[in-house]
Amino acid sequence: MNWFTQTLTSTLGKKMVMGITGLFLIIFLIVHCGVNALVFFPDDGEMFNKAAHFMGTNFFIRLGEVVLFIGILWHIVQSLMVTLTNVMARPHGYAKFTNSSPWYSRSMGLLGTLILIFLIIHLAHFWVKSRITGVSHQISFEGKSMDNLYGEMVTVFSELWVVILYVLAMISLSYHLMHGFQSAFQTLGINHKKYTPLIQMLGLIYSILIPLAFAAMPVVMYIQFWYN
Amino acid sequence: MSHGSMKINLKVWRQKNAQAKGNLENYTVNEVSPDMSFLEMFDVLNESLVNKGDEPIAFDHDCREGICGTCSLYINGRPHGPLEGITTCQLHMRSFNDGDTITVEPWRAKAFPVVKDLVVDRSAFDRIIAAGGYVSVNTGNAQDANCLPINKEDADDAFMSASCIGCGACVAACKNASAMLFVAAKVSQLAKLPQGQPERYTRVASMVAQMDKEGFGACTNTGACSAECPKEISLTNIALLNRDYMRAKFLENS
Repeated sequence: MNWFTQTLTSTLGKKMVMGITGLFLIIFLIVHCGVNALVFFPDDGEMFNKAAHFMGTNFFIRLGEVVLFIGILWHIVQSLMVTLTNVMARPHGYAKFTNSSPWYSRSMGLLGTLILIFLIIHLAHFWVKSRITGVSHQISFEGKSMDNLYGEMVTVFSELWVVILYVLAMISLSYHLMHGFQSAFQTLGINHKKYTPLIQMLGLIYSILIPLAFAAMPVVMYIQFWYN
Repeated sequence: MSHGSMKINLKVWRQKNAQAKGNLENYTVNEVSPDMSFLEMFDVLNESLVNKGDEPIAFDHDCREGICGTCSLYINGRPHGPLEGITTCQLHMRSFNDGDTITVEPWRAKAFPVVKDLVVDRSAFDRIIAAGGYVSVNTGNAQDANCLPINKEDADDAFMSASCIGCGACVAACKNASAMLFVAAKVSQLAKLPQGQPERYTRVASMVAQMDKEGFGACTNTGACSAECPKEISLTNIALLNRDYMRAKFLENS
């Protein structure tokens, strides 16, 4: 093993990969949330569809998508490896234990698994349709035809179980981020009495706002579909 | 021997040797004084076991004044018992109620195998220190204190890290049985002082390599270690360890 693989396979190295990929996914969520928030614009999805069309056809965004999938997979595979190391480190558990840490910090694996299950369903709902099988509805703006992903969202989010699933998944995401955001900085050695309170506060705001904005999308679209 | 008034029920982990299976055994100790330390209560129990011709319970203890790091015990689900910032020897029976049932287990970690009953082998910590947790200089006579100026904050920080007594409560408390807080304290106490600089990065690389070899888990940053540490070692030590390890691996020749 050379120094590089040896570093990345050490317990600290594995955690650093978790932190770096985690922060990368945190940045992705800002972009994803920002673009999707356009569905709240009262123009029947015109702005959102145009933005989605740009995202779907731009070469650099597509290249970024490949990096994103690598990031997600690496985060997952690495977490499995870390978890395996951690489980093996205590073969015999305690008969009685009291926890002195937040439950969500101890449950990152469980929360991550819930998010993964959601992610598979979410990709099947939108990514597979827009990239592989094709979206059933087309729409044109100024003579330019494009996928009506807004219409797709309206259809998908007209079902109650989907809305509930998305909301539950966003609650899992929120708790996952509440630990993950600040933990990533600690793992990367960024802990300073002047800046850590700021990082922790930003982490808390981010962990609530982003999942809340995401959860609002299916909820609002469901209400609009059935009660308008 | 005692004139106490408390009755304490115990569930204690008994295990003949490293290979034996082991199980929790029930004991009742009568006439426990609230002023006894937890270990003195064990002394009373052991005395009665010896008088009955039974095998006394093996547990680690030495100074009994909270500074040596020898005592351990996972008491009612917490290392060193229910109070914060103390070791088991500084825990007194007044922290419990008459008639309480207390579960006492050894530290649980692959790297800390049970030797007998409540005694675990913590020599993994010694091997981590031996891998680099020192300064290689011939000491000779002590030099004049003022010829090596150290910032007061750095000296205080180094002292806080150096207050780690290596008891292993961090490993016992961690859901991953990670030794990060211990290794971080031992790396930081030298990284913050000028004497530690020449070997700073080789030290962190060797100590982490040994930590991994011993089979400790990775750090999830839950903070349980620091919450249970009798010396209240801070998580900032772990950040310094992470930082120095990255630097050691990516920028230095270690």
